[in-house]
Amino acid sequence: MWSKLSHDCTLLQTIYKLFMSLNIQDVLRIAHLARIEINPAEAEATLNKLSGILGLIEQMQAVDTTGIEPMSHSQDVTQRLREDVVTEGNHRKDFQAIAPMLGNGVKAPAVEDGLYLVPKVIE
Amino acid sequence: MSQVINSSLKELGQMLASKQISSVELTQEYLNRIDTLNPEINAYITLDIEKTLAQAKAADVRIAQGRAEALTGIPIAQKDIFCAQGWRTTCGSHMLENFIAPYDAYVIKQFDAAGAVNLGKTNMDEFAMGSSNETSYFGGVKNPWDRSRVPGGSSGGSAAAVAARLCAAATGTDTGGSIRQPASLCGFTGLKPTYGLVSRYGMIAFASSLDQAGPMAKSAEDCALLLNTMAGFDEKDSTSVNRPKEDYTRDLNKPLQGLKIGLPKEYFAEGLEANVGAVVQSAIEEYKKLGAEIVDISLPNTQLSIPVYYVIAPAEASSNLSRYDGVRYGHRAKEYTDLMDMYCKTRAEGFGAEVKRRILIGTYVLSAGYYDAYYLKAQQIRRLIAQDFTEAFKQCDVIMGPAAPSTAFKIGEKADDPVAMYLQDIYTIAVNLAGLPGMSIPAGFSDGLPVGLQIIGNYFDEARMLNVGHAYQQVTDWHKRMPEGI
Repeated sequence: MWSKLSHDCTLLQTIYKLFMSLNIQDVLRIAHLARIEINPAEAEATLNKLSGILGLIEQMQAVDTTGIEPMSHSQDVTQRLREDVVTEGNHRKDFQAIAPMLGNGVKAPAVEDGLYLVPKVIE
Repeated sequence: MSQVINSSLKELGQMLASKQISSVELTQEYLNRIDTLNPEINAYITLDIEKTLAQAKAADVRIAQGRAEALTGIPIAQKDIFCAQGWRTTCGSHMLENFIAPYDAYVIKQFDAAGAVNLGKTNMDEFAMGSSNETSYFGGVKNPWDRSRVPGGSSGGSAAAVAARLCAAATGTDTGGSIRQPASLCGFTGLKPTYGLVSRYGMIAFASSLDQAGPMAKSAEDCALLLNTMAGFDEKDSTSVNRPKEDYTRDLNKPLQGLKIGLPKEYFAEGLEANVGAVVQSAIEEYKKLGAEIVDISLPNTQLSIPVYYVIAPAEASSNLSRYDGVRYGHRAKEYTDLMDMYCKTRAEGFGAEVKRRILIGTYVLSAGYYDAYYLKAQQIRRLIAQDFTEAFKQCDVIMGPAAPSTAFKIGEKADDPVAMYLQDIYTIAVNLAGLPGMSIPAGFSDGLPVGLQIIGNYFDEARMLNVGHAYQQVTDWHKRMPEGI
């Protein structure tokens, strides 16, 4: 019963959110989720364009889709499974040869001892 | 040489076999043409003359040894979305501006195995997101029929290359119309196969449940030969459909007597430019003369295909493009403070405005609490759209209509209005959502600009569609017309 109630709550929230138009804060939040830096001036222009696109998408809400199975592949194929065996050779050298430059003034590929280099994430 | 550049692939094959011309000579002819015309048309992003000529030489050896196949020695332009080992592969993006592919796409492998010559990598909308080629980081492409106009998109470089005879044929990809709309706007034949027929392995992903590669060439017969090489089951693409190999040229010369052509009323309604509608109607009259019967049909959910597409495609794109994080390949920001800053700056710098917009839309529709209302809902309506076609194909063999609502528009005309640009794909998108094959063939001109006729087939019915296209091309010569000044 609790799960049913919480499901209904989520649904209500969703419906409520759908009727709210997008604002600058939303754009900044989405941009953060998408890991794209965006400055306030860009956010304003983006807001207008995104609102236009979302307006187009809203047409879907008028369609009754109760009981309709979602479709992801026209042939309704499911993921193939294969034997759990190695089929690829080791391409580490080839792949590391195209690594990006380290940046922050260091003009060297961002690799070391077969690993990729990124800024420190664990102190 | 003017004869050579307008020859069919079959004719070129015969010229190569009879030593009338060598692959090196043929390839050099196209390279010379590219040298003259590409600075203005901008159809190619990357050329590698050494690699190209080495392939041509190898093809000549193979021909001399009597081991030639249909495409051996034929110079083909590859959309810059296909990874080709040792070739710069940019996908039209700053993000991949210096990316040298470390492996071959399935499609590239197939062409290599057939002995075809890779002439170069063609321009395209960034990550195939666009309908005018204006979102390319490497600049727009000019329509060879009128250089103040767009060639369509996203396969705009391949389109202009075929139209300006800067290649014998080309490849493209079609997620929402990216082969058929440029084929219509540039006046040639382009085919998007059934989803799953051509492997997506090594084809840079945009919207995985919709992306499909296909041939772009002068005629249906050429497309059939190209598809013979491109199609095939591939273990490395989890959505590749495992079915026996077919010869797509086998039915080219079948008579069309009794063919049932469905005309969806929704494809001739408001939104279609009258001049385009008139050209399409006259093509249908020609089909009647060939013995076809016309059936009026309805695809009632056509209008919904655009909203559904602009949920599904951006959602899948936002997920696919999350791989561009500046860690292993592609662009990395020059200055950054920590990992988060590196991601955010790398992606802000690497992607163009339209790609960012679609990633943001996709991120939004997939974000917590919205999945059911957007992505799931879109996939449900997607089934309704596919069912429209299933019903229609109970009454007809193929469906016909326009491929695009207008002829080529002016460069810049729709660049600032994404919604107006999206409507370019109103007649093509539903076909991708349903996973069906569709093609566009040249059907005439309006004010000097080409108009395409779209032919939609049932699943895996490419041989019949090519037959339908070929029969029309035996009684018309639209597909042989060339723009002036090329």
